[in-house]
Amino acid sequence: MKATAINSNFPLVSHRDASLGYRRREHALMLLLMSPAVLVVFVLLLIPLGWLIGQSFYADGFTLEHYQRIFTEGIYWNTFWVTFRISFIVTLLALLMGYPIAYAASILPRRWSVLVLALVILPFWTSVLVRAYAWLILLQRSGVVNESLMGVGLIDAPLALVHNELGTIIATVHILLPFMVLPLYATMQKIPHDLIQAGASLGGTPLHVFMRVFFPLSLSGVLAGMTLVFVLCLGFYITPELVGGGRTVMASMLVSRNIQLYSDWGAASAVSVVLLLCVLAIFYVVSRLVPLEKILGAK
Amino acid sequence: MMKDTNCLKYLFGSSVMVIGALGAGQTLADGEITFVSQGGAYQDAQTVAILDPVAEALGITIRQESAPDAWPMIRTQGTTGQAVWDVVDTPPFNCIKGGEQDLIEPLDFSRIPNAEGMPEEYKTPYSVAYEFYSSVLAYNPEAFDGNPPQSWADFWNVEDFPGNRSLRNYPVGTLEAALLADGVAPDDIYPIDVDRAYEKLEEIKPYITTWWTSGGQSAQLLNDEEVDMLMMWNGRVSSIMNEGANADFTYNQGFLQSTHLCIIKDAPNLDTAVEFVNAAIAPEYQANLPLHIDYGPGNPAAFDRGTISEERAGELPSSPENAAKQVLISYEWWTSDDGVEAERRWLEFMQR
Repeated sequence: MKATAINSNFPLVSHRDASLGYRRREHALMLLLMSPAVLVVFVLLLIPLGWLIGQSFYADGFTLEHYQRIFTEGIYWNTFWVTFRISFIVTLLALLMGYPIAYAASILPRRWSVLVLALVILPFWTSVLVRAYAWLILLQRSGVVNESLMGVGLIDAPLALVHNELGTIIATVHILLPFMVLPLYATMQKIPHDLIQAGASLGGTPLHVFMRVFFPLSLSGVLAGMTLVFVLCLGFYITPELVGGGRTVMASMLVSRNIQLYSDWGAASAVSVVLLLCVLAIFYVVSRLVPLEKILGAK
Repeated sequence: MMKDTNCLKYLFGSSVMVIGALGAGQTLADGEITFVSQGGAYQDAQTVAILDPVAEALGITIRQESAPDAWPMIRTQGTTGQAVWDVVDTPPFNCIKGGEQDLIEPLDFSRIPNAEGMPEEYKTPYSVAYEFYSSVLAYNPEAFDGNPPQSWADFWNVEDFPGNRSLRNYPVGTLEAALLADGVAPDDIYPIDVDRAYEKLEEIKPYITTWWTSGGQSAQLLNDEEVDMLMMWNGRVSSIMNEGANADFTYNQGFLQSTHLCIIKDAPNLDTAVEFVNAAIAPEYQANLPLHIDYGPGNPAAFDRGTISEERAGELPSSPENAAKQVLISYEWWTSDDGVEAERRWLEFMQR
């Protein structure tokens, strides 16, 4: 890319024309190759999205009532507050747990790092539903966790670990952890080892080197992982529905309840649109700090 | 065989077979319906008791589907004008609401002679009772040492009956329980004093471990001893009792409910669907249902056929003795404006 950019600025006119023509042909070919994908995106994503947005303004004619309700009724505020709070806590916990894992994977010998990554990714291939039920069984009153804690004598009565927000957070962190570890690992792996050695040879303690050299270089991965986890968590549905005990109502559940209980497609669409706008706003802010391709793992 | 058939013959034979298959498909399409119920042990039981015998008697194919909550699908099929389902077994609530919104076919009772002898309150213009069940107070007897909760007042009494509790994440039945706990006489429940009911529910809310959303979940909660008492469907309790769980229940202050059969507007197999509804409520098939699950027949004539023993009748939610202890849920009230408003308020209540 860079080379062509320099070429096109080159003062030789004939050369420039040739290169322009070549690039035009290349662009046309690219568009042709992309057209099936563009068509799919258009038919299956953009049209339904437009429909969704249209629906959110509709109730026997144009109306703003669905949006008005979101911004005036307490339950909507409440749900969005709960959703953002859970997403924030989950993101923070995932970072605290994911960073050491990714760090270990990036500095361990290859054999071991493959094992660590495999352990991170394996649960990723198990259904979200199965993992939610597994947590239900582990964390319930007579579950393994409570029984062991009581057996050891740490607690006298079972803790309320599930059917609430705590259970939702635990299960969600487990599900989203790979989305934190993988971008972190990708970034850390690219940090040249020489820099650490250089830091050490200049007399820095391992902690000092980590704080002044490694950590700052890993920040783009941190941001990428946090964005990914936060955004995915905003739309979580199955986990809070199953382990939230009916009380932990997140935004996506509001969408489903608007449809199931009240058959209110307009209200449900409006909630979806607001959620989508939140996600886009987050991506916009973050993209000013880190290129989007990096967050989505393309680079 | 393939070896001594020449190519032409083979081609000819296979095309005949294809045409034959097409023809068979055609006749099947005439005599088939898509029937939707609520899954689980209940759907298995009615398959054996009612669906299979009816399919055989009418010579039709019954394709089964399950939807714990049929309403969103009824609504979607009705509004998009693309009916996939024919007959739905669902609370009368959905049938009435659907009928009023032109999503459900009105029933032509002249074509459903089996409904003739049934009590008027078992029918609506859009549906007919299929079976009865109860939402009962179930508990883990081991948690209460010989003195289990026997009423909704006990359920609300957290001092004398400590323990984890669960209720359904749904207002129908739950508001009624709150009123009974607050001392309202069963006959005075309807019309529901919605404010009073929600106020009483606020009282118990902190003690509810989980608000269940599916019948299977409620059974799991009691079976795993995750909760000590809860409101759940009688058939779900007895099925885990049969499997040896620490569980029991009382019909006292239970809520007698029914599901009805109704037909989706412009159903793909409308005629067969009407035929099916008539056959499915015939006393001879209805009487089979309690042999397979603890639910009562929708058609009371089933009790007169001798299939259901007197002892068995005593265990069923709709037997006269048990019905007398219970409150019959009023779907008329729940489909009224007040009822719809009370249902809307539920979400707000849950999130506060």
